Amino acid sequence: MAVATKATPAATDDKELLISGSEAVAEALVLADLDVVTAYPIRPYDTVMQAIAKKIANGELVAEYIVAEGEHSQFEIVKHASTVGARVFCGSSGVGWMYAMECLVVTPPLRVPMVALVGNRALDDPGAFGVEHNDALVVRDVGWLLCWIDTSQEALDTTLIAYRVAEDRRVFLPLAISADGAFLTHSQALTMVPPKEKVDRFLPRYDRGDLLLHPDNPITVAPQANEDWVIEIRRQNNEAMKRAYTVIEEAYADFRRVFGRGPENPWFEEYMTDDAEIILVGMGTISLPIKVAIREMRAKGKKVGLVRLRWFRPFPTDRLVAALSKARALGIIDRDYSFGSPFGSGVVANEIRAALYNAERRPPLLSFICGLGGREVTLEDVYKATDMCYGAAKSGKSDATTHWLGVRE
Amino acid sequence: MAETTTFTNATQILEPFRGVKKVTLEEYFTSGHRTCQGCESALVMKLMVKASGPRTIVLGSTGCMYVANTTYYTTPWVVPWMHTQLGSSGSAALGTAAGLKALMRKGKMKSEPINVIAFCGDGGGADMGLGAISATLTHKEYNSLILLYDNESYANTDIQLSGMTPYGAHTTFSPPGRAKRIIHTRWKKNMAGMMAAGHPECRYVATVCASYAVEMMNKVRRALTIGGPTFIHSLDPCPKGWDYDPMLSHELGELAIETGLFPLYEVEDGVVKYYGKTRAIVEGRARKPVREYLLKQGRFAHFTEEDLEYFQKKVDETWEKWEIPAVIPFRRLDATRAALDTK
Ligand SMILES: Cc1ncc(C[n+]2csc(CCOP(=O)(O)OP(=O)(O)O)c2C)c(N)n1
Ligand code: SF4
Ligand SMILES: [Mg+2]
Repeated sequence: MAVATKATPAATDDKELLISGSEAVAEALVLADLDVVTAYPIRPYDTVMQAIAKKIANGELVAEYIVAEGEHSQFEIVKHASTVGARVFCGSSGVGWMYAMECLVVTPPLRVPMVALVGNRALDDPGAFGVEHNDALVVRDVGWLLCWIDTSQEALDTTLIAYRVAEDRRVFLPLAISADGAFLTHSQALTMVPPKEKVDRFLPRYDRGDLLLHPDNPITVAPQANEDWVIEIRRQNNEAMKRAYTVIEEAYADFRRVFGRGPENPWFEEYMTDDAEIILVGMGTISLPIKVAIREMRAKGKKVGLVRLRWFRPFPTDRLVAALSKARALGIIDRDYSFGSPFGSGVVANEIRAALYNAERRPPLLSFICGLGGREVTLEDVYKATDMCYGAAKSGKSDATTHWLGVRE
Repeated sequence: MAETTTFTNATQILEPFRGVKKVTLEEYFTSGHRTCQGCESALVMKLMVKASGPRTIVLGSTGCMYVANTTYYTTPWVVPWMHTQLGSSGSAALGTAAGLKALMRKGKMKSEPINVIAFCGDGGGADMGLGAISATLTHKEYNSLILLYDNESYANTDIQLSGMTPYGAHTTFSPPGRAKRIIHTRWKKNMAGMMAAGHPECRYVATVCASYAVEMMNKVRRALTIGGPTFIHSLDPCPKGWDYDPMLSHELGELAIETGLFPLYEVEDGVVKYYGKTRAIVEGRARKPVREYLLKQGRFAHFTEEDLEYFQKKVDETWEKWEIPAVIPFRRLDATRAALDTK
């Protein structure tokens, strides 16, 4: 549903705060007038729950705030609260997200438009707090909308957009916002916080309509459907995911109208790609070392650019192919792994390989794995990857290996 | 001054039915289900919502009462109903109650008392979902009832033993064999006692059996009226899992109580009150021997005299040695022992 909004001039009535990514999400949740939130401790996502708890304690937000006894319950509680019409929020990291998995996979067919924050974390054992994207990526096939953010501002803005998209009746699917552990969840930056009136113009109330579980609407939810109906229900999920393309475009356009900021292209950020011979691709805060390296390399005459993917589900196949296929070579840098996958590549690299399969022009593609367990991605790593990409550009050939960067051999 | 007390929604005031003739005629669990002939759990579902009335939301965890009860397009539920994951009855109750409370408190939904009932089987509740139920029973500001229907096995998946299956019972995971007559050697959990003893702010815990239908409905009504999180444990004879003629379901329920194996009681604000034949036992009536109950069921057909005696001895202990007979298993140090210990 399109929400009618008037054009607003540049955001002068915003207040500017120095806050972390997690705190920015909490600011957005106050503005979204959240109803029910559930918490369970695990680093690094839990800073968002600390921020929300403080807001509730200070009376800035009126919501049911429940500390659950485990992530399985944490996600199940908000699932049920959402079905009676409450706007809900939840989140986790690493093995906590995995612990909740049963409850995560049922929300798309139940059409529960919950929003969750995944503070990306390695799946320990072995013990590790640092970022890896494998936690959030496990829901990529089951109907969750999935995006990666890079800054505190993007955290706040994307949270508002997330409710708008997830709760749009054409979509009605859960949405996970992924934020790199430590690099974003804990790092502060100046962030513009809009006033509530503006948010109300952008974000309508959550309305479950005929799916509301209430004595006035005595439906039976999630009956035994078996082979009689399950495939049709899966198909409906698939159609909803397809409709999300339009709904996301609309939401970002409206966001720009109301708040006077936000990207033209919701799907990915392009950095110096206009004339780029080599395009590197990554998700999340890895953009920082890559951007710095690109500036250094450009000073030496190397035309390198970056595509930072924001949306992974739905996957922006056409726009991404259009943006990438003009390069002479591509370097995909995964902060995740997929053991035993084609070419042993990370998840993003293989998704992009698949997306390019039907493209008119397929530049050589190299796949890199880097920064696992929160290891710093250095400029040297990026230079090395870029040099290899130049090699592939010259030979015109992809190679069949996946290159691990910054790893002890 | 900062707010320190918590806001709690009002509950429905459901007066007890004064006799079977005073029970309302309306049904909220009707035709459409596909449970076995003689299934007591299905009767429990029917009585549970008859007791709660139409302004009720029911959540059900995976198990027979989900799978056999809600075939798409033939739901028997007249009230709103939703599935919850196998170990999630506690979370379903809590989440639903929290959602309603938030919306009513913020004026986003018409304010009215709506009953929230989450049911679970013994597997879903007493094994997998124990932690979530326990957590919910500590959230005193959310009104809900968790009803555990105990057919003493993972019935829906083909009768496997759970932590609530009686000692020695033959299930598909504990078949008697030539080398081992008894595979399942664990004693059943004391679920209601555990819930009552372990959750100081849960105001109402009760045990029920559908053989005593009016009493059962009145306990449901009491639980919903008193408010906060409450818990009811129902013992449900299951002809398929227990292996007996379906016409004996009620009789087996009665025998479970008359043998003292399953006590009928409630704990309201910490006060234990026994019911019916259980009360008679407390007041001195002799218990029937457990063999009268066990030998009517195929799942105990492999029992020897020794097994029957062991079983009887364990039940005797709950009556003779427990501080609160058949409810709480603690024992006080006897006076002479205590005197010796302090020397
Ligand atoms: C997480 C999970 N594990 C296993 C199952 C398989 N399962 C479905 S129903 C069921 C039996 C549940 O037993 P109980 O809670 O006692 O209910 P009953 O079937 O006896 O009515 C099981 C194990 C499941 N649905 N979910
Ligand atoms: S197996 Fe037992 S609980 Fe399940 S439907 Fe049959 S009688 Fe009822
Ligand atoms: Mg069972």
